[in-house]
Amino acid sequence: MIPDVLVADHAIEYTYTRSTGPVIGAFLTGLRDKQIRGIRGVDGRVLVPPAEYDPVTSADLTELGDVADVGVVKTWSWNETPLAGQPLDRPFAWALIQLDGADTGMLAAVDAGSPAGMRTGLRVKAQWADERVGSIRDLVCFVPEGDA
Amino acid sequence: MTESLSRPVAVVSWASFETPSEPARNEVEMLLPVISEALGNVGLTQQDIGFTVSGSSDYLQGFPFAFVGALDAVGAWPPIRESHVEMDGAFALYEAVEVLRHGIVGVDTALVYAFARPSRGELDRTLSLQLDPYAVAPLWPDARGLAGLQAQAMRDSGRYPDVPDVPPTVVADGAVAVVLAVGDRARELTPTPAWIRGIDHRIEAPALGARDLTSSSSTRTAAANAGASGADSAWLHVLYPHQEHLLREALGLNGQQVDCAAGPMMAGGLARFAAAAAGIASGQSRRAVVHATSGPCLQQNLVALLEGDAA
Repeated sequence: MIPDVLVADHAIEYTYTRSTGPVIGAFLTGLRDKQIRGIRGVDGRVLVPPAEYDPVTSADLTELGDVADVGVVKTWSWNETPLAGQPLDRPFAWALIQLDGADTGMLAAVDAGSPAGMRTGLRVKAQWADERVGSIRDLVCFVPEGDA
Repeated sequence: MTESLSRPVAVVSWASFETPSEPARNEVEMLLPVISEALGNVGLTQQDIGFTVSGSSDYLQGFPFAFVGALDAVGAWPPIRESHVEMDGAFALYEAVEVLRHGIVGVDTALVYAFARPSRGELDRTLSLQLDPYAVAPLWPDARGLAGLQAQAMRDSGRYPDVPDVPPTVVADGAVAVVLAVGDRARELTPTPAWIRGIDHRIEAPALGARDLTSSSSTRTAAANAGASGADSAWLHVLYPHQEHLLREALGLNGQQVDCAAGPMMAGGLARFAAAAAGIASGQSRRAVVHATSGPCLQQNLVALLEGDAA
């Protein structure tokens, strides 16, 4: 006779509440309003997403500013088999996108249909979620500017 | 109490186990024979070890403080001087080197071990949890996809003639143990110690877009600080083939024969130290560069210079 087997859920969760602070908080709040914010680094570069500390000198950064929701692909890779939780459930490109007004690339998905639709230097435009909550996922993905 | 601020430290023994997938044994069961072999090779038991340190990732086991359970592999009694890094075991080795160099009375040997069973999960997804928790990790970017961004940036730069395609992320299970010893204690334990003449670890910015992905500046800095030049051989921790080109450039190894391997996530870097020490013990190498990496697109790099007594 087979004894009863104990089956129990094991949920991995983060049971703390954290404030996102004045820099990341401003970035996430901006996304809720379809506004992408960057921050000026010590070397004058506008970093997007904004960093709390300079990537080279680690100095505190405070000078927030707005950038566009259109930009250019700086590098990319094709994702033929999206994994659970990724921005799109059909093949897409990962890309570092340098938004107009920014000096660094931001990681995002580009809904380009096929690798043939992707290239470094491609102009892309943000696609926003209809319901935005102040999360990076408010930015669903980017699409080639001509398709927007 | 401090005997001296800097003492020579050598790799004196090592053992490792690697398999594509270990379905039956848990982490402790994988570690036990590996640690026993590494200690046994030089006639030591755990009670002879002054400092014990491990490298692993709780995310791969799937619950907090999972690394504590692995201590069963070295025994719960008597109490030991012990530490852990949530990184590859190579970075745990760095901590052990610093502890030994500082000359704490009674601490003249160290055991470093690392382990992982990424075959139990989806490694490409799990690794995304090490990324920026607000702007990047919520997108669940797969490690292979991020590596692809680096490979494409290298192609676009025009500085690398043949940038290979990015293959699937290596998934392997395994465990590695390395024994270190100081000065005369090392010479007592083995006729062929591999002296760690220099070691350094440098980190680049977490934001991928703020980095120059076509050059490994942290490797270059770490190598300079470790004095890692003029080597006759190199053991590099290469997770994707295109990274070999970046590391060769940063380490000044163009045209030279190098030994590249990924190994099990969290143990592969320490396995590079074991392989280099074996190369020195066999006489194949007299002066070797060892490299280990962590994070996306070579974000963190550790470089060491190992030498045999004959060097």
